[in-house]
Amino acid sequence: MNSVSATPGPAPAKAPDAPTQRKVGERLDQQPPVSFLGRVQRQMHAHPLLGPTAVLILACVVFTVMVGPRFVDPLNVSLILQQVQIIGMVGIAQTLIILTAGIDLSVAAVMVFTTVISGKLAAEAGLPAVVALVIALATGAACGFLNGLLVTRFRVPPFIATLGTLSIFTALNLLASGSQTIKANVLPDLLLWPGETFRILGAPVTYGSVLVLLSFVAVAFILKRTAWGEHIYAVGDNAEGARLSGIRTTRVLLSVYIVAGIICAIAGWLLIGRVGSVSPFSGEGVNLASITAVVIGGTSLFGGRGNVLGTLLGALIIGVFSNGLTLAGVDVLWQVFTTGVLVIVAVGLDQWTRKVAG
Amino acid sequence: MTTNPTPTMQPILQARNLVKRYGHVTALAGADLTLYPGEVLAVIGDNGAGKSSLIKALSGALIPDEGEIKVDGKTQKFRSPLDARSAGIETVYQHLALAPARDIAANLFLGRELRKPGPLGWGLRMLDHKTMRKETARIMGDLGLLTIQNIGQAVETLSGGQRQGVAVARAAAFGSRVIIMDEPTAALGVKESGKVLDLIAGIRDRGVPVILISHDMPHVFEVADRIHVQRLGRRIACVQKTDISMNDAVSLMTGAQTPPVGHDPEALPARLAVR
Repeated sequence: MNSVSATPGPAPAKAPDAPTQRKVGERLDQQPPVSFLGRVQRQMHAHPLLGPTAVLILACVVFTVMVGPRFVDPLNVSLILQQVQIIGMVGIAQTLIILTAGIDLSVAAVMVFTTVISGKLAAEAGLPAVVALVIALATGAACGFLNGLLVTRFRVPPFIATLGTLSIFTALNLLASGSQTIKANVLPDLLLWPGETFRILGAPVTYGSVLVLLSFVAVAFILKRTAWGEHIYAVGDNAEGARLSGIRTTRVLLSVYIVAGIICAIAGWLLIGRVGSVSPFSGEGVNLASITAVVIGGTSLFGGRGNVLGTLLGALIIGVFSNGLTLAGVDVLWQVFTTGVLVIVAVGLDQWTRKVAG
Repeated sequence: MTTNPTPTMQPILQARNLVKRYGHVTALAGADLTLYPGEVLAVIGDNGAGKSSLIKALSGALIPDEGEIKVDGKTQKFRSPLDARSAGIETVYQHLALAPARDIAANLFLGRELRKPGPLGWGLRMLDHKTMRKETARIMGDLGLLTIQNIGQAVETLSGGQRQGVAVARAAAFGSRVIIMDEPTAALGVKESGKVLDLIAGIRDRGVPVILISHDMPHVFEVADRIHVQRLGRRIACVQKTDISMNDAVSLMTGAQTPPVGHDPEALPARLAVR
C-alpha cells in the first residue's frame, strides 16, 4: 500500500539563496475581512444543511404557535412521518441522480409500476409474497438500468431520457394492471407490512417510516464513507475531470440509475403499505415532490454538492407545511403556493452560496 | 553548437510516428517525442500544431491511429488515462481535472482513494479518510504548498495558483516516471506562475522528468532543458535551450525559419550530458 510518495528520489539540498520554500509556502486561510452577509454565505457554503435545518425548526415553532399543542402531539408527528415516507424514499433515489448532475422524472412511474408487478404476482399469479417482492425490486433495477443505458451509452440528456421512460413505464403500468385496483384482502401480509404499526410513546409508528429513516442513514453513510459515494460526487462535480482522474464515469452513472430504480421499488413497497392496496393511479405528485424535497434540502441541481440528509429535511419541511397549514385551517392551495416559494428560495440560495467560489 | 555523439542514456518516454486523424483533419502526422530521465522538455507550437493531441496520446486520453509509445524502452498501448497512470505517467491538464466542490484531500486521491484495511476496505469499499488527510498534508507540505489545517477546504475556494498547486501536487505524488503539464501557467498571474515554475524545477530536482507544454517563451526558457518544436502535426525540431534564442524558437514554430542543418532531435540534454 505504498503507492503514495512525494519523494521519488532524494531531494538535493536547495541552494541557500533559493527562496522557493518561503515564496511557495502560503497559508490558505488568510482571507480578507468579510461582511455579515458574506460570512453567512460562507457558512452556508461550508455547512449546506444549515439552511434547511433552520427552515424546519422555524416552521415547527410557527405551527406550534399557530395550531397549539395538537401539532407536536406524538400522534400528529407520527402522521407527518407517514405522510412523508414515500416522498422521502423516492427522494433518496432522486438525490443520488441529482448529485450526478442528472434528474429522474420517471421515479414515481417506476415506483407504481413495481407495486403493480408485486401485487399482480402475489395476488393473482399466486407466487409467494417474498418472490413477488424480489421480482418487483428486480423490475425497479431493470427500469433504472434502462434509464442509465440511455444516459450513458446513448448520451440522451437525463431530463429527456427519463421524460421518455416516464411515459413508457406509466403505459406499462396501466397495461399490466388493466387499470384495476388490487384490494387489501387479496394481498399477502408481507406486502402490507410497511403499513403495520408498533407503538412509541403511545403513538403508532409504521414500519415503513422506520425503514425510510434507516435508509436515509444508510445512504448518507455510503455517500460519505465509500469510494462509490466519493465517485458519485466527483462525476457530478466535474465529469470530464473525473474521467481523466481515472474514475470509470460510465460505470458510476449506470450503477446510480440502477440503485435509484431499486430504491423506487422499495418506495413502491411502502406505498402498498401506506395505501393498503395496489392502485395504478396512486403516487400522484410524488415525482415533482421528490425533486422539491431534494432541492429544498440544499442539493444542487447542477450536481456534485448536497447531501441525502438534506433531502430528509426537505421531505419533512414539505410534510410539516402541509400538515401544519391543514391543521391551521388554511386553504390547501396555499400549501401548493408555499411549496413553490420554498423551491425558488432554495435554488436562489444555492446559486448565491455557490458564488463563494469566486 | 553542441553535437552529442549517439546518446548513451535510454529515453524514459518515447513516441514514434504517432498519427491521429479526425475525419479530414490530421491532428498528428507522424509525431515523435523523446524524453530523457531528469530533464524538463518543453513542447511549443502554434495553435493546431498538434501539441494537445500529442500530450493526450501520451497520457492515454486519446488512442492514436498509428505509431508506438515506449516507456523505459518497452512498448505500451494506452487505452485510457488509467493505463498511462499505471505506467507512472501523470498529467496536469490545462483545466486541471479537479472536482471543485470536493476538498483538497479528496481531489489529491480522486480516482485512487485509499480504502480501509481488511474487509471494510475491499468488501464495503470503505474509505480511509484519516490516512488520506494525513498523506495530503504531508505531500502538500513537502511541496511547500499548504498549512495542515486547510486540507478540508473545498478546491473552489482556492485561488487559481493554489488550485494549480493541488493539481501539480497530485501529479507529483503519484507520477513515478513522467509528469506532463499542459499550459500550467496560462491562467495565472506573474507571481503564481513563478511558483508553478519553482514546482517544476523542484520535481525535476527530485529526479522525475517533466514535459511542459507552454505558449509562454520566457517560462519555457526559464525552466526547460530542451525545446521540442511541434508544427503541422509533427516534430520539426528539438533543440537545446542554450542553442537557440527566443526569437528563433518562435520563427521555427511559425515556419518562418527551418531547423538548423544537422541538428539531432534525439540529442541528450546538454545539462545532463556534460556530467
